[in-house]
Amino acid sequence: MTVDNNHPAALSVSKRTPASNWVRRETFIGWLFVLPALLMYAGFVLVPFLLTIVYSFHRWNGVGPMKWVGLKNYITVFQVPDLLGTIFNAFWLVVWFSFIPVGLGLVVASVINRVATGRFGEVARTVLFLPQVIALVAAGIIWGWLFSLSGLINQLLKIIGLGSITRAWLGDFDWALSAVGIIGVWVLLGFCTVLLSTGISKVDPALYESARIDGSSWFTEFTAITVPLLRHEIGVCLTVTVIAALATFDIVYVATAGGPGNATSVPGLQIYILAFSQRNIGLASALAVMLMILVVLIILPIQRLNQEVK
Amino acid sequence: MNKKSVLWSLVSLLVLTSLLLSACGGPATATAPSATEAPVVTEAPVSTEAPVAATEISAGMPTCGTDPVVLKATFETGFDLPFKLAEEFTKQYPNVTWDISQDQFANLITSTPLVLASDNAPDLLRLPTMVSFAKDGLLMDLDGYATAFGWNDWPVPQLNQNRIDADGVRGSGTLYAMGLNYSLTGVFYNKTLAAQIGMTEPPKTVAEFESLLAAAKTAGLQPIMMWGSAKSGMGLAFPLQQLMAAYGPVEPINDWIYGKAGATIDTPTNLIAAQHLEQWIKAGYFPSDINAIEYTDAAARFGKGEGVFTFNGDWQNAGYDAALPGNVGFFLMPPAEAGGKFAAMSAPLTFGIAAKAAHPDCAAFFLNWVATNDAARQIDVAVGGSNPGGPSDATMPTVASGSVTAETLAAGPVMGADGGAMDFIANATSSIFAQGWTPELQKMVGGQQDAAGLLKAVQAEYERELAQ
Repeated sequence: MTVDNNHPAALSVSKRTPASNWVRRETFIGWLFVLPALLMYAGFVLVPFLLTIVYSFHRWNGVGPMKWVGLKNYITVFQVPDLLGTIFNAFWLVVWFSFIPVGLGLVVASVINRVATGRFGEVARTVLFLPQVIALVAAGIIWGWLFSLSGLINQLLKIIGLGSITRAWLGDFDWALSAVGIIGVWVLLGFCTVLLSTGISKVDPALYESARIDGSSWFTEFTAITVPLLRHEIGVCLTVTVIAALATFDIVYVATAGGPGNATSVPGLQIYILAFSQRNIGLASALAVMLMILVVLIILPIQRLNQEVK
Repeated sequence: MNKKSVLWSLVSLLVLTSLLLSACGGPATATAPSATEAPVVTEAPVSTEAPVAATEISAGMPTCGTDPVVLKATFETGFDLPFKLAEEFTKQYPNVTWDISQDQFANLITSTPLVLASDNAPDLLRLPTMVSFAKDGLLMDLDGYATAFGWNDWPVPQLNQNRIDADGVRGSGTLYAMGLNYSLTGVFYNKTLAAQIGMTEPPKTVAEFESLLAAAKTAGLQPIMMWGSAKSGMGLAFPLQQLMAAYGPVEPINDWIYGKAGATIDTPTNLIAAQHLEQWIKAGYFPSDINAIEYTDAAARFGKGEGVFTFNGDWQNAGYDAALPGNVGFFLMPPAEAGGKFAAMSAPLTFGIAAKAAHPDCAAFFLNWVATNDAARQIDVAVGGSNPGGPSDATMPTVASGSVTAETLAAGPVMGADGGAMDFIANATSSIFAQGWTPELQKMVGGQQDAAGLLKAVQAEYERELAQ
């Protein structure tokens, strides 16, 4: 195997026929391994994906006959302010779901690495990771209680003398979207922390040791060693969390259902409402396709950055 | 060595694939038992002919027969009434058993079209909306049953709410659903708190009501408890529609709800109503966190004594009586001028029969039984809290005097005599509530929308949906 990997060119020149046979056979067997997953993927992802594109050019209520309308659904998305507004809301959620968890995750992971390498660090990581295993629906309901007028958050604010700013956070036009964002931080911080901690554990400890012998501060360690060497992990974190922000549905659906007004409405929720409540499958599909294009447009540069670093 | 391991991998892959396939075969073989339910399927062709059979049936009533029947039903989670009725029905007709699935109302809106279109459609189902299902041919035409059972002679104007004409306008035409009962909405009040602000009898005009609200505010009480979260749907639509009825006739409102051509909600009298609501919001008559309050929270907070008044329907009677025994009163929203007509949102608890139902005759027989059987009517009132409707000579179930149920039942005929029954403005189109009323009323609470803008925005959404 190592020979194959190290000298593929030499092999292909000297023993062209048997090797290419073998490669072909290996490829065939490889495909056989992939086949079951591929069939599933095609059935549950590719076919619905293509159907969504087809639906997006039609007017259809899900039951009756379909009517071809060309690009009309796409034009409607741009014309109706509420639909376009959901995309802007999604961008604001990127700040909460992505930038804050990744930034905070870096800090937390690096602190855990420096001051709490033992059992405490493990406990901290586990606690932070817990939101990943709690059903988001349950989490959304509990956060609804925490954010309510008589909820824990307002009680804490009163204790520290900030009683004047208390409000029903999820029902407030100015704050509801950010309150939803905070739930996102809570959910995604653990994921980022664990991933980045794993990254830090792969960094040669000698680097940190020598930095410490030189008397560098935590901050210097953080900026000179941790962040540059974790670029790959940061890229993965950004990719996952940005997609989570742009495609979010469950947290918003459970916490606010898009209210008050349309202050927390996001494309995922709007697609659901259009498809199943308004029974306008075509418009829902058009918005879904646009959301997908948007996600790809934003994720591709992050991926490219990531690959260059690799 | 490599080749050997590849061979082994291949063998194990084949084994794995066959295992997977057999696992996938699980559900496939599981569908086989549905073939054992073949009696249901074989009866399906009969069912598709049922409406025809029903129209020709004047000689004999449709019944559930004497052979075992499993009625497939979809009920709404959280409402005990249909479950209790089903239980009582089986007690009286032991050959009929039930296969009931249930879901939240919001989920019913989204799932009903697929459920109706499926090959395994329910016989009986709680209908969230009707027009589009009827248009798509998913609902059974009940005119034949109406003739057979004499439903058309019942003095219940609400029956018209379940009729749809050829243009897709509700209010007349073909009957597509029946009500299990007929709910009534109005103003509930906490008797102790009302006494504190000097209320000795229900207000006779909107102005009197507003002076009571102001008195409650001055006394440091919460004048009105209401929900407003987008998750529950906008509770403020309740007082708004009552104000609309107080300031204008109900017919244009019903026309709008039924989808009559050219109907508009943006009328001068509705504007006055919306302006009053806006004043109530600004005066602080509603809870400051209303946009985050769920329906159940509002009911619970009113039950705990927070709020002198609340707008709700008689389906909440049992809950209020349990939370504040003997301490909850009810009155119809007063008219604008003394001596004016009383009006109320009053809608049937709508149940329909799927066009593909396996046992439509039995389902129709059940609907008729609910309205005419004494035990069923008693359950209707005791559990559902609402008027059971039915023929004029049917006995009215007895209720405990002094209970809030007694008050709502007494209010029904008053409203009926004035011809003031309105459907809910939330029912105009399938998503006008979620996409029109709810966000716009929430904006009004947040100071981002005024009365005129509210009506214009909702009308625009209404026209957009009807144009689809």
